[in-house]
Amino acid sequence: MAKLTLDDLRKMRAEKKQIMALRDSENKDVHIVVGMGTCGIAAGAKATFGAIVDAIAEKGLTNVMVRQTGCMGLCYSEPTVEVVVPGMPPIIYGNVTPEVANEIVEEHVLGKRLLDNLICDKPAIDIMDNKGN
Amino acid sequence: MAFKNYLLVCGGTACDSSKGIELTDELRKEIDAAGLKDDVQIVRTGCLGFCEKGPIVKVLPEDTFYVSVKPEDAKELVQEHLVKGRIVDRLLYNHEQGKSLVTVEGIDFYQKQFRIVLRNCGVIDPDKIDDYIARDGYAGLEKALFEMTPEQVIDEVSRSGLRGRGGAGFPTGKKWSFAAAQPKGEKYMVCNADEGDPGAYMDRSTLEGDPHSVLEAMAIAGYAIGASKGYIYIRAEYPLAIRRLETAIEAAREYGLLGEKILNSDFDFDIELRLGAGAFVCGEETALLASIEGNRGMPRPRPPFPAVKGLWDKPTVINNVETLANIPVIISKGADWFNKIGTADTRGTKVFALTGKVNNTGLIEVPMGTTLREIIFEIGGGIKDGREFKAAQTGGPSGGIIPREFLDTPIDFGSLSKIGSIMGSGGLIVMDDTDCIIDIAKFYLEFTVDESCGKCSPCRIGGRKLQNYLSRISDGRGQLKDIENMQKISEAMTRASLCGLGQTASNPVQSSLKYFMDEYLEHINDRKCRAGKCKKLITYTITDKCIGCTVCTRHCPVAAITGTVKEKHVINQARCIKCGICYEKCKFDAITRS
Repeated sequence: MAKLTLDDLRKMRAEKKQIMALRDSENKDVHIVVGMGTCGIAAGAKATFGAIVDAIAEKGLTNVMVRQTGCMGLCYSEPTVEVVVPGMPPIIYGNVTPEVANEIVEEHVLGKRLLDNLICDKPAIDIMDNKGN
Repeated sequence: MAFKNYLLVCGGTACDSSKGIELTDELRKEIDAAGLKDDVQIVRTGCLGFCEKGPIVKVLPEDTFYVSVKPEDAKELVQEHLVKGRIVDRLLYNHEQGKSLVTVEGIDFYQKQFRIVLRNCGVIDPDKIDDYIARDGYAGLEKALFEMTPEQVIDEVSRSGLRGRGGAGFPTGKKWSFAAAQPKGEKYMVCNADEGDPGAYMDRSTLEGDPHSVLEAMAIAGYAIGASKGYIYIRAEYPLAIRRLETAIEAAREYGLLGEKILNSDFDFDIELRLGAGAFVCGEETALLASIEGNRGMPRPRPPFPAVKGLWDKPTVINNVETLANIPVIISKGADWFNKIGTADTRGTKVFALTGKVNNTGLIEVPMGTTLREIIFEIGGGIKDGREFKAAQTGGPSGGIIPREFLDTPIDFGSLSKIGSIMGSGGLIVMDDTDCIIDIAKFYLEFTVDESCGKCSPCRIGGRKLQNYLSRISDGRGQLKDIENMQKISEAMTRASLCGLGQTASNPVQSSLKYFMDEYLEHINDRKCRAGKCKKLITYTITDKCIGCTVCTRHCPVAAITGTVKEKHVINQARCIKCGICYEKCKFDAITRS
């Protein structure tokens, strides 16, 4: 990638912003985001990540994208996983073991039902989405 | 087909005990009665915090937050909110009036947390620069380079009221202006990522979750003070943060956001990592500079301050990770926006690593002026196992112990120092009634004695003396005059030590003497430890309630308990190591602790 000029950066920001907002890249409209800070990894996030990828492959789902992110701040309930399915509110699950990861794919992504007893609160509003910039 | 609404009912222990289960049943009944079975899903969740105001019900997707919902409220909630789409005002969480906590318009009224530093943590993929750019990443740098002069950048930061988050709270804008005022020439921008307080991990998580925000801030700072070279001093014990920083620096260079002629401007800036070996004293700025230069990490007297004579004797600005992570937002959204958040004493937010005896441990970010009570009982979900709150410790080994009477103090730099603690970098450890204050003070003194570099005697000798007194008291050999001596030594250390480590090392002792004198006296006069932590002061004995079940014998790790089956057992006091296992295992309350 060549070095950016000011215009390149602005153009790129506008483009990427749309992609982030639509949460759609390469026609993948379901996003599963795994918290992979040191706290998450220590609590087993790598196994969770693996289990999700396996479950998606097993079900033959092609519209799901699995991503990593840093610590969401809910260290008491690591590993944490955020699930974004079109038409459903974004949900953060805590204590996601590989078994729970399977359930998420089965129940939440395919069955469009939320899982009991595992949902955590979103820690704060997003200032970057805040219209009052 | 997805549901239209989701009702999240908190299933934490506290909410359950205030009729959370009946509420769930009642809601389900009402939903069925209203014929909404296929439109609404009821889900029970983990603890949502706010246990004081339970049971909590949250309605998605609109995110309405209801508190103290009783089973008899179910009908109204379903009929009004779900059928007619009208919010039930009387069940909303009302913000208490007259608090110094200032919120920005648009913040959801119920949310206690406000994330500036952690804005991208848990949202973006830290290894992808594109994710960062999409969330207004490098917009601050862009604005600084093309729309502002260096003086204007410094002015904006000064007006924002940002104070250094490393602990001391020095105004960031002022620090930058000192370095900028030095004659042109080689200058350096250094990021202090040597986070060493026990129990603190704010900087690690920021770097792991959002490394570019620190890189962008350093470039902005470099532009403001006239530096073209930056160093991040990070401990080698943070391998993931280091790896993500390396990836980020590489990506930023590739995009031309670091290196020569950034975005085709005349500004050059590049960043290198320097790994520290994990000495606590290297978080002190002059020791940190010595370590970057390749020397032994020891502080030197100030002045001259690093802003005048720093790295290789050149003007140098040193900012903490959290301070820097605020900068891109301050530049892109402006000082006026930042000024609306926090208190008059300290603007903005603070990240805390909330740990200890609290239900929801984790990384939190709250506006300055939030009280300890809000942090512990609303965000943290209260004390573990329903026990009693005893004290909170802020600022790590340099901080103080805050007793319960200050739970409602709005937290900022000024208020904490008034009550004998410090903000520190942001470790916040919660203690309950099973923690012994002398034991805690001893733990911190052991830490600072270990980490003292030994250069100046008040810290080297004073710290050791304090530790010895504390050990004596906890062993039951304390004398009343020890307290007076500890006070004298503490004062001498504060006044005569060379650097922050020594000057603040006695804070745990001073604050605990101030607020928990009764516990010290109890240890000295009555040879008693009420929390049962000081092992030499407790004895376990078996009473006549013993039925000879032999459970204690089997669990005792040192075979100190003897006796025949179905007869009363005896503890050999000479052998007993006071581990307390027998006390916990006995099902018949036949073992007493005194």
